[in-house]
Amino acid sequence: MHGTLKRLAPQLIALATLIALVSVFYPGFLSVSLNDGRLVGPVVDVLKRSAPVALLAVGMTLVIATRGIDLSVGATMAICGAVAAYAVSAGYGLPVAMLLAIGAGLLAGLWNGCLVAIVGVQPFVATLILMTAGRGIAQLITEGRILTFTDPAFAFLGSGNLLGLPMPTWIWICVAVLTTLLMRRTALGLLIEAIGINRRASALAGVNAVVLLIAVYMAMGFCAALAGLVVTADIRGADANNAGLWLELDAILAVVIGGNSLLGGRFSIAASVIGALIIQTISIGIRLAGFPSEYNLLIKAVLVVVILVLQSPRFGTEWHYWRQQLQFKRLREGKIAK
Amino acid sequence: MKFNKLLTSAAVLAISAGAAFAEGEVIGFSQIGSESGWRAAETTLTRNQAEERGYQLQFSDAQQRQENQIAALRSFIAQGVDAILIAPVVATGWDSVLQEAKEAEIPVVLLDRMVDSDPSLYLTAVGSNLVHEGEVAGKWLAEAVGDKPCRIVELQGTTGSSPAIDRKKGFEQGIAGHANLTIVQSQTGDFTRSLGKEVMESFLQSENGGKDICALYAHNDDMAVGAIQAIKEAGLKPGEDILIVSIDAVPDIFKAMADGEANATVELTPNMAGPAFDALEAFWANGTVPAKFIQTESKLYTQADNPAGEYEARKGLGY
Repeated sequence: MHGTLKRLAPQLIALATLIALVSVFYPGFLSVSLNDGRLVGPVVDVLKRSAPVALLAVGMTLVIATRGIDLSVGATMAICGAVAAYAVSAGYGLPVAMLLAIGAGLLAGLWNGCLVAIVGVQPFVATLILMTAGRGIAQLITEGRILTFTDPAFAFLGSGNLLGLPMPTWIWICVAVLTTLLMRRTALGLLIEAIGINRRASALAGVNAVVLLIAVYMAMGFCAALAGLVVTADIRGADANNAGLWLELDAILAVVIGGNSLLGGRFSIAASVIGALIIQTISIGIRLAGFPSEYNLLIKAVLVVVILVLQSPRFGTEWHYWRQQLQFKRLREGKIAK
Repeated sequence: MKFNKLLTSAAVLAISAGAAFAEGEVIGFSQIGSESGWRAAETTLTRNQAEERGYQLQFSDAQQRQENQIAALRSFIAQGVDAILIAPVVATGWDSVLQEAKEAEIPVVLLDRMVDSDPSLYLTAVGSNLVHEGEVAGKWLAEAVGDKPCRIVELQGTTGSSPAIDRKKGFEQGIAGHANLTIVQSQTGDFTRSLGKEVMESFLQSENGGKDICALYAHNDDMAVGAIQAIKEAGLKPGEDILIVSIDAVPDIFKAMADGEANATVELTPNMAGPAFDALEAFWANGTVPAKFIQTESKLYTQADNPAGEYEARKGLGY
């Protein structure tokens, strides 16, 4: 437990500092009130709006742990959202629509996984294919328009509330917790890390790297499907042009802010999810603070750079060094005083 | 030599003018792509218009690439079409291909977007005045609100894009002189439904749960549709508690207006081909050179303008 906290400390500190910073510009940031049995407040909005990136970050953490990357998740979201909206508006009902959407996500993952694990295409290039083609596929399903639906059960996924909290929040928390348990209560997490550190060595040691890699990309597809369902349900329509647009980059950023190495190996899902919360806190914070739109990206970039610099190994060693020097100095001064 | 060329071009002009009333002019249309519902509707309406007037339309989808458009234009010129319609994907880089069209005596009409080339290289441009659209929206709101104090929130389009800049400017002009109307929040919603909803949630938070907001102005209908959902989820009545005015006139906003959840929209008509064909016909008939810019009407629709009927009329256009 102590180890986990120590691992998450930089992200938690960054998040806390950020919240303090936003509170300076918008004092009511932490205020939460109860309205018709649901919690309302900026923090609840952060928890709700970070759902797509948090869901993607869970899958992306695994993919990156295998030394891979998945650029196609935004397009996969668009496909899955389109599939679900199409099925619902065709009258198939929510369970079938969800199954079809998740099936589409798994299929996208299977495609990426096969390209990476069997054909041996570099993950960046392999997933770039679906990133480019995927949005076209989604547009074919929606016929280029925003496919709207009125099914209240599906809309509930995006804007409903359960025990006071928004549904999207429950979804990403469940996925993050269950995936972490699956990874850490079994040897699965360890095997994935082994592939990321040295695929050949792990294969020689008896890890079935091909199957595991495909499974990891399919897990990513599953997460992307859920994210696609959430955003589609949220606006009650599948927007093939814009659903999940550039979210793959936010997801990768969340993983990086979470302190996970893009070179694979050790990973922490919790840290990535906190990374997603950090990104969303920045976005909502900028809006509440009322800065003009022109500054949004600049402020976001500056904050992200500061967070990443503070977390960098170089900064860590320097910091450690200065702290030691300070301690030595104090000790020496103490001795002299005696 | 020069004189010779002049003579030939005069002859060509005479021939093409003579053929003007014959059925079946061939029109080449280079469309940007189908990135939005509006663009799809523009394509549908151009096809309909051409069919109604008995033209043969050669359609080319550039899929957002200028090189595809230039290739399409060259192929139209090689085929010797009677006129070219183009919705240019970018503003620059058209000089040489437009020059080629001019040398081939093929009139070119720009649809919806402008180019940076010399105006002598094309016959005319048909488009909407974005500033005017914003102004119409602003004036409607000023009239609807009257003398009451009104705090307005604004959902901007993509930061730095010309519709966002011009529609903001126009709206500010429209409400100028009404000191009771103030824009208290203005943020980008990137022209999308999901961001429109998300940003509206933030507006509602910072404006006392939305109770302080009197009106929403969105730079396009899609953001307004997203915002309407956010307002409903916050327990307020869009259209009553918060007045909603936006621009574009896509089918879904008419549905919202029919349900009383939106108040007004300013049309950005996808029928750019109609005025373009009118100008071409006049040009063919007696060489009337139209003005270099033909402004389409920015029509205002409110709940009183039979929104349910407008929805039915528009939903099949491919929006």
